Amino acid sequence: MRKLLSMAAAAVLSFGVVGAEAADKLKVGFIYVGPIGDYGWSYQHNQGRLAIEAALGDKVETVYIENVSEGPDAERAIERLARDGAGLIYSTSFGFMNPTLKVAKKFPNVKFEHATGYKRAANVSTYSARFYEGRYVIGQIAARMSKTGTAGYIGSFPIPEVIRGINAFMLGAQSVDPDFKVKIVWANSWYDPGKEADAAKALLDQGVDVLAQHTDSPAPLQVAEERGAIGFGQASDMIKFAPKGQLTAIVDDWSVYYVNRTKAVLDGTWESTDTWGGLDAEMVLMAPFTNMPEDVANAAKETVEKIRSGKLHPFTGPIYKQNGELAVADGILLDDQAMLGMNWYVKGIDDQLPQ
Amino acid sequence: MGGYESIILTVITAATPLLLAAIGELVVERSGVLNLGVEGMMIVGAVLGFAGAQATGSAYIGALCALGAGMGLALLFGFLTLHLVANQVATGLALTLLGLGLAGMIGEAFVGQPGIRLERLHIPGLSTLPFIGPVLFGQDLLVYLSLALVAGVSFVLFRTRAGLIIRAVGDNHGSAHALGVSVIRVRYFAVLFGGACAGLAGGYLSLAYTPQWVEGMTAGRGWIALALVVFSTWRPLRLLAGAYLFGAVGILQFHAQAGGVAIPSQFLTALPYLATIVVLVIISRNRVLTRINTPACLGQPFVPDR
Repeated sequence: MRKLLSMAAAAVLSFGVVGAEAADKLKVGFIYVGPIGDYGWSYQHNQGRLAIEAALGDKVETVYIENVSEGPDAERAIERLARDGAGLIYSTSFGFMNPTLKVAKKFPNVKFEHATGYKRAANVSTYSARFYEGRYVIGQIAARMSKTGTAGYIGSFPIPEVIRGINAFMLGAQSVDPDFKVKIVWANSWYDPGKEADAAKALLDQGVDVLAQHTDSPAPLQVAEERGAIGFGQASDMIKFAPKGQLTAIVDDWSVYYVNRTKAVLDGTWESTDTWGGLDAEMVLMAPFTNMPEDVANAAKETVEKIRSGKLHPFTGPIYKQNGELAVADGILLDDQAMLGMNWYVKGIDDQLPQ
Repeated sequence: MGGYESIILTVITAATPLLLAAIGELVVERSGVLNLGVEGMMIVGAVLGFAGAQATGSAYIGALCALGAGMGLALLFGFLTLHLVANQVATGLALTLLGLGLAGMIGEAFVGQPGIRLERLHIPGLSTLPFIGPVLFGQDLLVYLSLALVAGVSFVLFRTRAGLIIRAVGDNHGSAHALGVSVIRVRYFAVLFGGACAGLAGGYLSLAYTPQWVEGMTAGRGWIALALVVFSTWRPLRLLAGAYLFGAVGILQFHAQAGGVAIPSQFLTALPYLATIVVLVIISRNRVLTRINTPACLGQPFVPDR
């Protein structure tokens, strides 16, 4: 019995709906794939939830379920929120796509917002952010700041989202130094501080002096700080972990989008849409440019401005693949479809893409 | 800093939490108890270690808090399995779930705060020696403690009466009981020792490995520690070798990747586990060896006089 109790206690702790009941308010539900304490992906989505509360006050009530694994569990969690009277549900991970659509069919009056997916319905919108724009900016900074001419890049998994980021980083770096090199290691995890730190140490031992990461914890940056190297924060502004080492960070900011979409439901103007916003939509923000000379910071700000105003697009041709094949013709912008399925490295990356 | 030297330093850092957690579990299993809650005790150790260090400003007090936290959960486990004779496997799994949830709750306030690092020792004259200086004399206290624990456990288990009693309880609790040994008390001590070690291992993560708190930061290391105990066939010195092997494979795979060696990274990530399976196959072929080293009463509840 006691064992059952402690199991139940643990289950409640790790899978609890947090929030209070209230009538005639719009109930906004969130499904997170990780813990809100990850200081990365789910943390930033939760910041967006808090922004809704701050902006819309007593017109809304928010609830969330964290640590929902991608799969059948997700459907149950989403349905639970819908049954509990949520009028708007954000499901914030790619793997929630099919479960979200299934539940959306059963609850036609509930609005759904699914992050990073591509399937929509009358009551299901999708949204994502163009993080690669930020990666182009940090690529330029890395090329200007590196003394060895080589950056280290810690990847999570070789999926299009991450490969696109590496390519954008390299295109940015090559725009400054055509011979710039990058060493890539795969942590095969989104989130394992110890492993990420190990990867960072290995890269620094191999002679890189700037680190970029596409994994979620501040551990690599902390290693950079300790070793007197420099790097970039991921998802959140991580300057506290590396006051001397962080140059800037690519910050996921969902708050503007979340507040607008929630307002739209309140006004009755909500429609199913697909949003892929970047620096211009303020879904991607750059943390303050620190620990770099003023001219580097100014150049970075200029690039941000150019991307924001649409003057510069990171994936503008001519872009060559690793084997020299022309991927994007001169002056052409790579379309979103091709970017979403990107599975090739740009020229100048020596590593082999894991298949 | 030379290349090899810093690789060795990194390997030591990666191996130490595994070694700490595994050496504790080895004693627990030698006494015949299977505690699958190592991951849970570790993570609670990590969060309370971090909290203790933040509150007092001392990483050493943090390490003590981590130790205490592990023991606290171990006490709960002991009470459930030894006193109430609950199923050890189920209780251990519940302990992991409980620990993960509890740590997330306690740690909410600490997310996004840089931690206090456990300082590395600096022995004048020795720590600055080329190569061997930083490797041998420049580690933090927990690294030395983990090595001392291996030596200590090895000595106590195989060279002292206390060790004989622990092994007797693990191999045949009925006979040990008949000889007047308090099986429950011995097992309580072993379980608490295991909890203290697991807590310290967690503390090592949040105080030395990556001085920060983020939820789920143990990332399965408790399970690797459990695998290591089996890998070592319950022998402390083999455990030491195993922990460093696991650590080294983990680090070298990153070097291989960064150095452009064309081995799939997924394969390298899986390598320590493949090694465990291979060792399991090898040891289970040698029946005598298995019988000598495996605690015969592992996982069996003990109820006196029934």
